[in-house]
Amino acid sequence: MSAILRKRFFEQILVMFGREPKKPAQISEAAKQIHLLKRASNKEKLKHAEAHMSASHKWRHRRWTVLVLVNLLFVVSYAFDIQILEGALTASRFIGFHLIDLNSALQVMLAHKHIITNLLIGTGTVLVLWMLFGGRSFCSWVCPYHLLAEWAEKVHLWLVKRKLVVDQNISRWTRTAFWLIFALLAFATGFTVYESISPTGIVSRALIYGPGLALLWVLALLVFEVFFVRRAWCRYACPIGLTYGVVGIFTPLRIKYTLDGCFHEGNCRKVCLVPHVLDTVIKGRAVETEVPIGPDCTRCGLCVDVCPTGSLTFDVKGLSRLL
Amino acid sequence: MSETEQPQPAANTPAPAAKPAGKPALSHGKRQQLRRKFLRTVLLTGGVLGAALSGFLPIVYARQQRLRPPGALDEQDFLASCIKCGQCVQVCPVEAIKLADLVDGFGVGVPHIDAREQACDFSCDAVQCILACPTGSLTYQKPPFFPPRAGAPLAAKPILLAKQNDPESTLNLTERMGVARLTRPELCLAIKGKGFKGQARGAGFTGKLRYTEVDRWKPIAVADHPYDVAECDLCVRACPIKGAISIETVYAPDGSQRNSPVVREPCVGCGVCEMICPTEAASIEIVPREVWRT
Repeated sequence: MSAILRKRFFEQILVMFGREPKKPAQISEAAKQIHLLKRASNKEKLKHAEAHMSASHKWRHRRWTVLVLVNLLFVVSYAFDIQILEGALTASRFIGFHLIDLNSALQVMLAHKHIITNLLIGTGTVLVLWMLFGGRSFCSWVCPYHLLAEWAEKVHLWLVKRKLVVDQNISRWTRTAFWLIFALLAFATGFTVYESISPTGIVSRALIYGPGLALLWVLALLVFEVFFVRRAWCRYACPIGLTYGVVGIFTPLRIKYTLDGCFHEGNCRKVCLVPHVLDTVIKGRAVETEVPIGPDCTRCGLCVDVCPTGSLTFDVKGLSRLL
Repeated sequence: MSETEQPQPAANTPAPAAKPAGKPALSHGKRQQLRRKFLRTVLLTGGVLGAALSGFLPIVYARQQRLRPPGALDEQDFLASCIKCGQCVQVCPVEAIKLADLVDGFGVGVPHIDAREQACDFSCDAVQCILACPTGSLTYQKPPFFPPRAGAPLAAKPILLAKQNDPESTLNLTERMGVARLTRPELCLAIKGKGFKGQARGAGFTGKLRYTEVDRWKPIAVADHPYDVAECDLCVRACPIKGAISIETVYAPDGSQRNSPVVREPCVGCGVCEMICPTEAASIEIVPREVWRT
């Protein structure tokens, strides 16, 4: 990793915690050269590229399929007693192997202050799993609330387009604050306070064990997201997202940005759940010719689907060198 | 958590009177925009925290205690350690274990047993819910730093009647879930000296129970197993634990003599007697978390 990219790597961690992305102080010579040449590029070429791109939802289809299948596996494992994936998203057993959600495990460890072996094994397994598969990919590929929120977002954007509601943003530091507050509350009160409002746990249990009143809280969140703040929970509140984001710092699976073909039209930033990770696609911001996207990225692939030039792709660090 | 990025000295006051020298002044519109963003941030934070902390209410009001599955830690430790995954629910052959809803506050998603609806009859033979628990909320043996309350430990491992002839006849259970108490003696058919004929809880009752003489391995609906007894002793007949309950002759203060169910020390508090009791409401009930008092 070059010194410039290493600097960006650490900056992206800060951006995940809530800092707004800044203009880069230093850009590599190769990237500067491309930025300079880009001045000649024009709208005609973009139109041409957009006309020729195959508007596909390839990654969205794949992701929704995985998300539905994983949650369905939980449901059928209990409903038909086939015992493949027992439990709920907070903790489960996959053909006997313990899997424990990192944030739930953290809440229990802080509240209970006593850790048994099974808890440790399950947490370790999940940690390794998401280190391999990209940290916050848990959010977009597994979390059932994410899918509901994605649909709520569609309604919200439809209303915004018709000027019926105004999108209102919130400080992104809030999520980091929530993470700390909930960790402290668990430790101080001895209750897993966050678990009682976690929409991920509530929706997962509702799917498996049947609906309950707790879904009203989830409904309230969705209504808030439709009429007030786009993707409020996932963007500004969810401590689970931040926990997996931290795991994502160390993962080889990420989205890679290639500066060369990019038109900087910004389609990717419009669909992104976490557009601050895509600051690098803004004209003149890319510090290298190829830039890996930061740890807060959920690897949902929406940007890959909308990119007219293939400048954003899924990438496994080191794999291209191996092949 | 507020506008640290913005060139303003204090995070809590979006529009301070004095600005540091050298920073460009913000336009009125921009400042108003920031103030609104700050207010929204405060609103969201307050809303989420308010919702989260409302979970305290049911615990502060300490409503009636829930009967927890076998092997549960003491209530506070139990709530702290339960990860709310429901794996105990999934392994229970009679589906005795239910997960609590929002009204239980921090207890949302935490397992409990409504013994009157479906008691734990140990049809699984081996307290499988304890085996399923990934966090040690349900445990065979408490770690040494969780000292048991006096009277909670069982004097001996309880003998399960269904497997009393097996090489291993006991349940791996060291503490009781509660204790059965004759809470409504005025209703009890045994005390009245009455018999009972018919379905113990009526035709519509969905609860299940293992009747070893019918099927050693498969619990059947209580409604499919009608009784006909000259003197009611259903609680004794149904009890899965050896020596936990019997009908005895007792003497009232006025010297008169009558029969009555008497609960003994081996009682683990599973709730089968409460479920099977044919009176409405049940004459005998489990007091959750109750300890054995001599």
